[in-house]
Amino acid sequence: MVETLTATPVRHDTKNGKAAAKPPRRKRQLLPYLLLVPAILLELLIHIGPMIVGVIISFYHLTQLYLANWRHAPAAGLDNYRVALNVNGAAGKALLHSFTVTLTYTVLVLGFSWLLGMTAAVLTQRAFRGRAIVRTLFLLPFALPIFASVITWNFMGQRDTGVINHVLVDQLHTQTTRPFWLIGPNSFPMLVAVTIWRTWPFAFLIISAGLQSIPDELYEAATLDGAGVMAQIRRVTLPLLAPVNRVLFVVLFLWTFNDFTTPYTLFGDTPPVQADLISLHIYTTSFTTWNFGTGSAMSVVLLLFLLLVTGIYLIVTNRRSDNA
Amino acid sequence: MREPMSLRWTRRVVLVVLGIFTLVPIYIMITSSLKPLKDVQGTFTWWPSTVTFQPFREMWKTIPLAHYFVNSLVVSTASSIASVVIALLAAYSLSRYRFRGRQAFSVTVLSTQMFPGILFLLPLFVIFVNISKVIGINLYGSRLGLTITFMTFTLPFAIWMLTGYLDSIPRALDEAAMVDGAGPLGALFRVVVPAAIPGIVAVAIYAFMTAWGEVLFASVMTDQSTRTLAVGLRGYVTQNDVYWNQIMAASLTVSIPIVAAFLLLQRFMVSGMTAGAVK
Repeated sequence: MVETLTATPVRHDTKNGKAAAKPPRRKRQLLPYLLLVPAILLELLIHIGPMIVGVIISFYHLTQLYLANWRHAPAAGLDNYRVALNVNGAAGKALLHSFTVTLTYTVLVLGFSWLLGMTAAVLTQRAFRGRAIVRTLFLLPFALPIFASVITWNFMGQRDTGVINHVLVDQLHTQTTRPFWLIGPNSFPMLVAVTIWRTWPFAFLIISAGLQSIPDELYEAATLDGAGVMAQIRRVTLPLLAPVNRVLFVVLFLWTFNDFTTPYTLFGDTPPVQADLISLHIYTTSFTTWNFGTGSAMSVVLLLFLLLVTGIYLIVTNRRSDNA
Repeated sequence: MREPMSLRWTRRVVLVVLGIFTLVPIYIMITSSLKPLKDVQGTFTWWPSTVTFQPFREMWKTIPLAHYFVNSLVVSTASSIASVVIALLAAYSLSRYRFRGRQAFSVTVLSTQMFPGILFLLPLFVIFVNISKVIGINLYGSRLGLTITFMTFTLPFAIWMLTGYLDSIPRALDEAAMVDGAGPLGALFRVVVPAAIPGIVAVAIYAFMTAWGEVLFASVMTDQSTRTLAVGLRGYVTQNDVYWNQIMAASLTVSIPIVAAFLLLQRFMVSGMTAGAVK
């Protein structure tokens, strides 16, 4: 796969060389653009257009009154941004809190998903009896539609009828009263656990594929040099896995940070304060107050943060791999 | 090469623990779907008092499940097929030609994949409301409107994956077709598309799966008549009487085709994604 991919660009170059020497017919030059027309039109309709509209309405007091009549909404200047970012006001304080919760959530989910995925991938790297079945079973949580599996976790977390309290209280007797799992302080660890459950198989899938591309000779050479299992992981596996990990971390970060489906399915549209993830927070604020101006300002701030983090991460890791 | 005993036991213990964590929710989903209602209303039990398929029959009556099913099927299929067709043309252009603006287009498509859905949801909502007011086409609450919003995530993904896939198909194929007198479009449809069928099918199925599970747009852009499964299933939970056995039966039913499709195409998905990583 990799070989064929690296082979194609070379061919492209010779083709380009030819094209430069002999100007192709006009129709040929137009064709690549014509093929892109449907995609560009749709991109304008669903991405570029809405984004511009989103930035514009973040500068207006777009409330329910003006929703169907947005051109008459009063201008707000930077008011919406002031409301969103003023940490002394109620809205700004809640947004900052939600941001902190989301960041903690992302770090925990990312760390544990990678750790579990890496462990399982290393342990299933060599052939053993039943390996194919184990790998398939591990992938199931990722294959299930999120809403279907998270609704099961909702059932598991029910105070009176759920399995978690049944095990903790009825079977292990660790607590005398039945704790709540879907409201209050326990809702945060609950949310983290559900998302790790769903996310780690993806890390496992990608890391497993990355491990397969590491040649066996390297491990054999390391064994001859007397390297133990841990040394092999540190010196051979991790460095060679770096490009795969780099992409994996970006994808997991964006998925987790923007996660909406899991908290929405687990808690409904009014999540507990302790587990108030940012996408759902902006959603709830926008649709309960019907103040789309402030909601849009919050979305724009969120986007800028994501661009900044991903950009810095990619630049830093790129430089490091260039130096190596 | 023989493995040390300690490694073998570490592997067994760790894999069993991970397996339990992974499978308990799935076990609960399956066994609870076979329980009579009284089993899910009291304290949790690990096994049904009597195994019954009643929940699988009753789940269709408690909520309009069949209706939601059709909605999900129509919207997911439409957004998947439309994305793949449009993405195929774009991918052919990106893979086979070098032209001004190519880089800009690819970067735009790739970066929109990382944007939070909420960023598009609010303006699309406002745009839909105003379109229906000015032109009279009702996109808000309609299947067409939902299909369009679903393409905000299915289209960039399809373009990205298909470009990678077409790159892996040798250009010699198109060139041979052109030597035989086919134009570029002839080469695309008669030679490249047949060779790319596995990739096209996989991308279509994956787009279908993501649309099937979408909740953010579906919770806002649908009304009672266009509600999809992903949002509709939640309806069981907030009702006064919670039929957990039926919810589990319904969850299981809507999951099986998706899981089967995923397991069939996971090998392809991984090669596509890691190829992107290696490049």
